[in-house]
Amino acid sequence: MAHRVLAPPVDQAQVRALRVGDTVTLEGTLYGIRDATLIHLFDRGRATRFDLAGHAVLHTAPNVRRVEKSAAHPAGYVPVCIGTTTSDRMERFTRPLMTRYGVRLIVGKGGLREGSAAAFRELGGAYLAVVGGAAALETTWIEAIEDVDMDDLHPESLWKFRVRGFGPLLVAMDSRGASLYADVKAAAAARRAEVLAGLGIRAK
Amino acid sequence: MKVDLADVEEVAKELYRRALKRLPPDVERGIETLAAAETHPGARRVLATLVENIRVAQATDNLLCQDTGIPIYRVRIGRRVEVDGPGLAAAIRRGCARSTREYAFRSSIVHPITRANEQTSCGPRVPVIEFDFTEREEELEIEMIPKGSGSENNSWLKMAVPADGVEAIKTFVVDCVLEAGPKTCPPTIVGVGVGGTADLCVHLAKVAATRALGTRCEDPEGARLEEDLTRAVNRLGIGPQGLGGDATAFAVHVELAATHITMNPVAVNMQCHSARRARAVLRPGGVEYGF
Repeated sequence: MAHRVLAPPVDQAQVRALRVGDTVTLEGTLYGIRDATLIHLFDRGRATRFDLAGHAVLHTAPNVRRVEKSAAHPAGYVPVCIGTTTSDRMERFTRPLMTRYGVRLIVGKGGLREGSAAAFRELGGAYLAVVGGAAALETTWIEAIEDVDMDDLHPESLWKFRVRGFGPLLVAMDSRGASLYADVKAAAAARRAEVLAGLGIRAK
Repeated sequence: MKVDLADVEEVAKELYRRALKRLPPDVERGIETLAAAETHPGARRVLATLVENIRVAQATDNLLCQDTGIPIYRVRIGRRVEVDGPGLAAAIRRGCARSTREYAFRSSIVHPITRANEQTSCGPRVPVIEFDFTEREEELEIEMIPKGSGSENNSWLKMAVPADGVEAIKTFVVDCVLEAGPKTCPPTIVGVGVGGTADLCVHLAKVAATRALGTRCEDPEGARLEEDLTRAVNRLGIGPQGLGGDATAFAVHVELAATHITMNPVAVNMQCHSARRARAVLRPGGVEYGF
């Protein structure tokens, strides 16, 4: 169980060194994406001007306040509350994010499924788990909103955050195909019959 | 008591802010209780982070969770309250939109087909506004729930039949908790509706999911079901954030209604660990805020 500090962009070797159970703290750049961002990128033929190669993307849609653009707020937005949303809805976008844009790390909560695990294994990626619903804390790890693209989808825009000490995040899916979520799900399913028996029910 | 709609608008605005920023004490205690009992080391770390988040939200006067939810307002009107009903609903809607704009809350509400976001937390039939009555005389109570989508997306209805018995209800709840797994931000309050019509059954599940921790179903059979199912789902090992552990649910809450001789409906609606709610009571003397 190692702890690593990563400052994206990262290369494939750095990501392949991560193992489930390790922890990671991110420094520097973190991109924010959401359902609508991904639907527009991959289903509606849009493209972003951002270079996501080797980067980490966070499943989020932030609360922000609009301000005058300045050196401190280059995108004209101040973070109000930035947290993490359920990743599962965006499962089918993991592979295209990696193949088309070169994304290496997905930061989310609640995990992704087998398709993403296979993409991580084949292409060299990993899933880093934030504690969902702890957004007040997560917001303290965000220094600034550096840039924003596709802001017509606000708040589901493509956000470029500058982060400091973003973590510790738990490596919950790694490039060997390991997934804590799959392990917990299998163990829980294996207990189903016993739990139902405790309720006086014979499992079907 | 005659209700001033300007007061209602202010209260609706203030309730959204309060609900997003301050967890009810019963939920805060619930997290601490689970943390004290948790045996899984990873789960203990997750629960400690939730406790830390509550502290940070207070210290920085920030929202607990970034999900501003679907705003729900529940209005309960006392016996001797005089109010312009349509005006009351409009005032709540205005307060909700003002809260969103003035406090820079994320508008999480879109048209279901065009997906257009008005950036006001409002849209067709949203905020959800429910009206009911209270026995109290000169009181107008408004409860506000910002219902997060991670948990709301995990909602189910099963129209079981009488031959399936109460066993179908129990099995369904266990299977829903398994299906939800990590997606609902456990530990959760598992809201279960039993009986009624299809829509009433789902509504009861929501009422159950948003009830204060430590409260029990008024029906003794429902209360017994709550105890049995709370024990059962916490033996699945899903744990906080679905990363394994003892604390899968704070509790299973049940609300029930009579049903038809041919029916046996059961619904599940989940509430994440950020079980936010705020309450205001308007009386002739002024407004009192609570949870």
